[in-house]
Amino acid sequence: MPKIIVEVMPKADLLDPAGKAVNSALHRNGHSEIANVRIGKRIELHFDRAVTEADIAAATKIGEEFLSNAVIEDVVSVTIEN
Amino acid sequence: MRIGVVTFPGTLDDRDAQRAVRLAGGEPVALWHADTNLHTVDAVVLPGGFSFGDYLRCGAIAAQAPVMESIIKAAAGSLPVLGICNGFQVLVESHLLPGGLIRNDVQTFVCRDQKLVVENVDTPWTNEFTLGQEITIPLKNGEGGYIADAETLKRLEGEGLVAFRYKDFNPNGSMNDIAGLRNERGNVVGLMPHPEHAVEAGFGPDTSAAMRSGVDGLKFFTSVIKSLVEA
Repeated sequence: MPKIIVEVMPKADLLDPAGKAVNSALHRNGHSEIANVRIGKRIELHFDRAVTEADIAAATKIGEEFLSNAVIEDVVSVTIEN
Repeated sequence: MRIGVVTFPGTLDDRDAQRAVRLAGGEPVALWHADTNLHTVDAVVLPGGFSFGDYLRCGAIAAQAPVMESIIKAAAGSLPVLGICNGFQVLVESHLLPGGLIRNDVQTFVCRDQKLVVENVDTPWTNEFTLGQEITIPLKNGEGGYIADAETLKRLEGEGLVAFRYKDFNPNGSMNDIAGLRNERGNVVGLMPHPEHAVEAGFGPDTSAAMRSGVDGLKFFTSVIKSLVEA
């Protein structure tokens, strides 16, 4: 099924408490080589037909206006998977 | 005075907000998230809870609800709107107030009786307070850390748009100890703590006078009724 994948990450300079908690757990388990963990979102938009340029433009707008909040997050990628 | 209280799927404190309106002398009117009209209410409360399960981001899906379209339009006029906790999150996600709310810096849910300073009394929701008054109302949230970029913060401080500030203890890492905001016109106010849980002696925060006797939250609701009567 054709999809558009929107990936959203918390802004780099903001505290990501979920990432911090996972990082602490990894360190407890001996993975001291991992310096930091950040957790974002992958959102898949599925289509019943081939994805068009207009769909990508729409998905980018949806990503910026609804799937992410520009105050706290960045859309880091909008990609197609056929 | 008819005060609308919106219920989204996942809202928790709608009944408490309705009760607060009633105790203040108003008539609570239940509004549903799918309502497209506001049933001639004179003001609206967006209560606390976990609308749409906090999916996507707290308040983000609620901000897209049909009822919000009407509220955003009416708020651009002069409809008084109060967002409490999740309601505050809905207001920032609707762009009725600037900035955002993120996970508490302590990484835990925080529930406590919180001391606040009233920083602005020129709104329909705060006119019965005195400037600089200290009040105590319950706070209960997981994502109450207020953030905004430096330019927005400067504007908020410069234009006196901070309505409430945490006093003595910042429970969630909010920038500039911001607990609540107002918009430029003053009709839209949002805050993380819960005034509707401090409206009746016996059920509010402890005070030096007696256990659970705190009713500082009632003034939010008597304020709006007063401002509507005088309007």
